[in-house]
Amino acid sequence: MSEKKVILSPLPGVFYRKPSPDQPDYVQEGDMVKSGDIVGLIEVMKNFYEVKVEEDGVIDRFSVENETIVDVDQELVVLR
Amino acid sequence: MIKVIKAGLQTTVQDRGRIGFYEIGMPPSGAMDQYSYTVANLLVGNAPHAAALEITYLGPELEFGSDTRISLTGGYLPPKINGQAVPMWETLEVKAGDVLSFDFVKSGARVYLAVEGGIDVPVIMNSRSTYTLIGIGGFQGRPLAAGDIVHTADMKEKDVPVGSKIADTDIPVFSKSHEIRVIVGLCSYRLTDESKATFLHTEWTVTPEANRIGYRHRGERLQFVEREQPFGAGSNPSNVTDLGYPIGSIQVPDGVEPIVLLHDAVTGGGYATIATVISTDLNRMGQIKTNDKVRFVAVSLEEALQARRETQAKLSRIAASL
Repeated sequence: MSEKKVILSPLPGVFYRKPSPDQPDYVQEGDMVKSGDIVGLIEVMKNFYEVKVEEDGVIDRFSVENETIVDVDQELVVLR
Repeated sequence: MIKVIKAGLQTTVQDRGRIGFYEIGMPPSGAMDQYSYTVANLLVGNAPHAAALEITYLGPELEFGSDTRISLTGGYLPPKINGQAVPMWETLEVKAGDVLSFDFVKSGARVYLAVEGGIDVPVIMNSRSTYTLIGIGGFQGRPLAAGDIVHTADMKEKDVPVGSKIADTDIPVFSKSHEIRVIVGLCSYRLTDESKATFLHTEWTVTPEANRIGYRHRGERLQFVEREQPFGAGSNPSNVTDLGYPIGSIQVPDGVEPIVLLHDAVTGGGYATIATVISTDLNRMGQIKTNDKVRFVAVSLEEALQARRETQAKLSRIAASL
């Protein structure tokens, strides 16, 4: 078992799991991801910031639901 | 020159603002936190109207093309030069090839980066400020993007030694809850007495819709006095016959979610403005983040003018000390 890693929000804003409302989620729990893969968006000030994975891993779980308002340093995704 | 490696979320060129065109519908733009912007220029000996970079929420990564002095003021996004932490509110030295980057925001929302000589962009209507909504001013009318090369100007007036700093007591502290002073009016008569009180007693939460144009707040619903709408006013009770919107004025479309209009906002329209943020506290408004808490505190015009005089005196004292 490798240790779990978390992705924290660098920004306050709204968290989205998909690139647009009519498209599928970027990733699902259990998916393998590589460094640089996008797992969600944070919208603030009408800007969209791409939340990216920094190390290869597997999505363990999302800590917040789609369209949740999140704060700086709030846990978004747990990787294993 | 400065090379933009990463742009950050929204990094724009700003100065004191495009003053004098409000009556033709041109908002001033300019630094949202004029206090921090002014101190940043003072710390590198620039003319007070030299342009600086306004950095919001997420810092850029910038490479300096020559030896120069810089300063960083405003909210706390821990800055690093070549990966080493450096202080804010202090005259710093950078060498050609040095890279400035930032950690995640710790407090406040906006950092000002002043560079010796100021940022060199064309002057449009007396200002170098970026007005992104219509794409004028600043760097090609837009926020900086990766790959941009920004040049510095020749607006240095004074040699400020590396390591110069201001008194700790002159450095503003930004928490996650804020008291913002307002003058009640111009159209506060449109609110019911109960809603006037609710406006001042509610702890408002700043929504993700908070930017250089305005900040929207979630909290209680406000009620307007029932009336037959006058000629020229819209049908919603939050509408009045069009008026000029003071900078910092607060409107409440349909009674939900008060919006504080800021430096890039529309200059007039048909919503009742129920209060106006005093000029001194516009600086603090610019350091408020989405999810922060805000209470509006009513003050008199005399108190607002006194606060403005105190801020100006503080800046004069800082200027004299450097």
